[in-house]
Amino acid sequence: MKGKKTNPDLSFAAALEYAPSPETFPVTLKKRYELFINGKFVAPKTGKYFASINPATGKRHTLIAEAGKADLDAAVRSARRAFEKTWGPMAPAERGKYLFRIARLLQEKARELAVVETMDGGKPIRESRDFDLPLVAAHFFHHAGWADKLEYAFPGRKPAPIGVAAQVIPWNFPLLMAAWKIAPALACGNTVVLKPAETTSVTALHLAEIFQEAGLPPGVVNIVTGAAETGAALVAHPGINKVAFTGSTEVGKRIASSVAGTNKQLTLELGGKAANLVFADAPLDEAIEGVINGIYFNQGHVCCAGSRLLVQESIHEEFVARLGRRLRTLRVGDPLDKNTDVGAINSKEQLGRITALIGSGIEEGAELHESPSALPAEGYWCRPCFFTGVTPAHRIAREEIFGPVLSVMTFRTPSEAVQKANDTCYGLSAGIWTDKGSRILKIASQLKAGVIWANTYNQFDPASPFGGYKESGFGREGGRQGLAAYVKLG
Amino acid sequence: MNFPLQHPVPPVDQVGVEARAAFFTKRSLKNDAKRAGLRLAVSMMDLTTLEGADTKGKVSQLCRKARQPMPARYQCPPCGAVCVYPNLVAHAVKELEGSGIPVASVATGFPSGQYPLELRLADTRHAVGEGAAEIDMVISRGAFLEGDFVRVHDEIAAVKEASGEAHLKVIFETGELQTYDHVRFVSQLAIEAGADFIKTSTGKVAPAATLAVTLVLVETVRDYFLATGRRIGVKPAGGIRTAKEALQYLVMVNETAGDDWLTPDLFRFGASSLLLDVEMQIARMEEGRYQSAEYFAKG
Repeated sequence: MKGKKTNPDLSFAAALEYAPSPETFPVTLKKRYELFINGKFVAPKTGKYFASINPATGKRHTLIAEAGKADLDAAVRSARRAFEKTWGPMAPAERGKYLFRIARLLQEKARELAVVETMDGGKPIRESRDFDLPLVAAHFFHHAGWADKLEYAFPGRKPAPIGVAAQVIPWNFPLLMAAWKIAPALACGNTVVLKPAETTSVTALHLAEIFQEAGLPPGVVNIVTGAAETGAALVAHPGINKVAFTGSTEVGKRIASSVAGTNKQLTLELGGKAANLVFADAPLDEAIEGVINGIYFNQGHVCCAGSRLLVQESIHEEFVARLGRRLRTLRVGDPLDKNTDVGAINSKEQLGRITALIGSGIEEGAELHESPSALPAEGYWCRPCFFTGVTPAHRIAREEIFGPVLSVMTFRTPSEAVQKANDTCYGLSAGIWTDKGSRILKIASQLKAGVIWANTYNQFDPASPFGGYKESGFGREGGRQGLAAYVKLG
Repeated sequence: MNFPLQHPVPPVDQVGVEARAAFFTKRSLKNDAKRAGLRLAVSMMDLTTLEGADTKGKVSQLCRKARQPMPARYQCPPCGAVCVYPNLVAHAVKELEGSGIPVASVATGFPSGQYPLELRLADTRHAVGEGAAEIDMVISRGAFLEGDFVRVHDEIAAVKEASGEAHLKVIFETGELQTYDHVRFVSQLAIEAGADFIKTSTGKVAPAATLAVTLVLVETVRDYFLATGRRIGVKPAGGIRTAKEALQYLVMVNETAGDDWLTPDLFRFGASSLLLDVEMQIARMEEGRYQSAEYFAKG
C-alpha cells in the first residue's frame, strides 16, 4: 500500500448516537462488609473498617472490615478444623455436589454479581456480564466434575489434599480470580483462607453468601479482607500449607522469600508484558480486533494483556493507521452503560502509575496516539492510547503498565520477531497473527510464554491451563495441570 | 486467488470476523438512538418482490407501501427503492412517478446467472430501457468457483456498460461462494470492475445475508474508500426479518465505515418482510406499547 493517498478519512461523529443504556438491575450494597470466618460474617477484632471506592465516581460506596492478626488466627484455625473434621474426610463425590451447587447459584445470581463487580472495580458491565461471570460459574462446574476423578488426572498416583491454602488475589478480575483459586482447592479436598484485593473485596463477600446458601460446611472457605499487610501476615502464617498468589511480580518476589525455608507449597501468577506479533500476511481486520482486545480489555488491567505490539515493518504504517481509526470508535465512560467498551481505572494509585509511565513514554521520545473520547469529570479515567516510535529500551516497552497503553514496535523477519518478543523478563502470554499455519506452529514453539494465542487473544477456558515462564511466575491454573498445585501425590 | 487486483485484499479469519459481528449484536440502542435507527432502516429498504407469481397488482401494492409505509403521524420516511423483475419495471416506474423512489430491477439472468452473456446484457438493457434506475446483477458463481476471475470481472464491466446511467448493484450470492476469503476477494473484484453497490445475496439461496458476511463487504468498501476516495455502497439481502437485526447492521456500519455510509445512497437492505417488524417497533416507540400485527397493512 505504498504511495496511497492519505486524504480520505472516516467520520465517526455520531450520525447514529447511542443513547445512554445503563444496566438497571437493582443492587444495594451493604453499609459495611464483615469478615467471613467459620461460615459466619463476623466483625473484625481490630474494630477497623476501610473505605471501598467506586472508581467510576471516586466516591466511597461501602466499608470493608480490616482483618488483624487475631482474625487471621481465627480464620486459619477454622480452615484447619474444617480440613480435619469435615472437608478433608468427606467423600470426593460429596465435595463435587457442593461445587455444582455453588456453580448453579452463581449462574442464578450472575446479573446481580456482574453489577456489583462493575460498581466495585470499574470494568464495563458488558465484560463482567459476558466474560467474568460466565467464566466464574464455568470454573466451579469444571472443578466440580474433577472432585471424584482426581485419580484419572494423575494416573498411577494417589492424589491427596495438601491442607489449608492461603490465597491472595488481585483486583483486576476479583470474582474470577477467587473462582480460579477456590474451585480447584476445594475440588482437591483443601480448605481455604482467601484474601481479596483491598480495592475489590465486595464480590468475594457476596460469594461467601453463596457458600452459605449452598450449605458449604463452616470453615471450608474463610475470607479475610484488608490491605497488603493483611496479605503478608496471611502468607507468613505458620498454620497454612500452601500459598497461591496472583498479583504483581514485586509482591510475588516478597512472598517467595517469605515462604522460603518453610514447608509451604507455592504457586505464583505474576505480571506480564506480552507481545502480539502481527505478520504482513495476517488477517488485518481481525488482527486489529485482537490487538484492541488484547490491550484495552478491562482497561488493560490484565496480566496477560498484549501490551507490546510487534508488527512487521512492511505493514507498519498501514496497521498503525487502522489502529488509530479503530481507537476512535472505542466508547469510554460509565462502566454500567451496556455500550461502554473501556471503563474506569481501578484506583487512584493505579491511575497514578499509568500516568507516570505514559509520561515516561513521551519523555523518552515515543509518539502518543490517544483516543479522542471525552472523559467523565469524576472518578479515575485514562484515555486508551498507543505509542509509536517505541524501542525495546523504552520503559514503556519493558515495564508492565497494567493500563490501556500499547507500545508499538516493528520487526523485519520471523527470527527478529521471536527475539524481540522474548526480550523481556516476563513470559505469561503472546499472540501470533498470520494466515500461515506452519508459521504459527514454528513461532509458538520458540516463544517463551505460558499461553500463546494464534489469530485470537484473551481466550480462556477452565480446561486450559494458564500460567507463566520467567518472572511471570510458576505453577498453572486451570485444566489437569492446575490441579497439581493442590494435591500431594502419593 | 490469482487475479491482479489494483488494491489487494487481506485474508479474513473466519473465527475472528464472526466474533466481531457477534460483538455488534451486544450494542444496546435505546430511546432516540432506536427511533432514529428504525426510521433510517426504512429509508434504506429496497422493498422487494421477486416471485414467479408477481403481478401488476402485487407491484402496485408494494409501490404504495414504499411511498408511505406508515400513517403520517409516525413520521416514517419512504423506502429506499422498490425492487422487481424486469417484466414489472415499467409498471413500478408508473406507480412511483413523482415520489423520487427509484425502481431497481434484478437482471442478468437472476437468480442463477447461468445464461449466455449476450442474453444477460440484453436483459440489463431491457430493464434500463423500461426505466430501472438501479440494476441488481448476479455474478457467474460457476465461473468464480472455476477460478475464472477474468471472466467474472469482465462480465461485471460489460453489465456496467450496459447499465448506462443506472446504478449497478453486484450480487455475489455469498451462500454459494461460502468462504470469507472468497467474499472479500470478489467484493474488491466487483468494485474494480465498476460496481456502484455490492450485495450479498439473491434471497433465493440459504444462507443469505449474515452480519459477518456483510461486515466483510463493509470492510472492503471502507478500505477502498481510504485508498481511492471513492465510496461504494453495500446491500445485505435476504434473511433480515426483524427490526432488531436491522439495527445490528446499522451499528456494524456505524462502527466500521462510519457516518458517511449511514445513508440510503450507500447502504440498503434487500427485504420483503422486514418492514412489518420495523413498523411495529416504530409504533411501539411512539405509543409506548405493542400493537397487534393486525393493525399494520401488509403490502
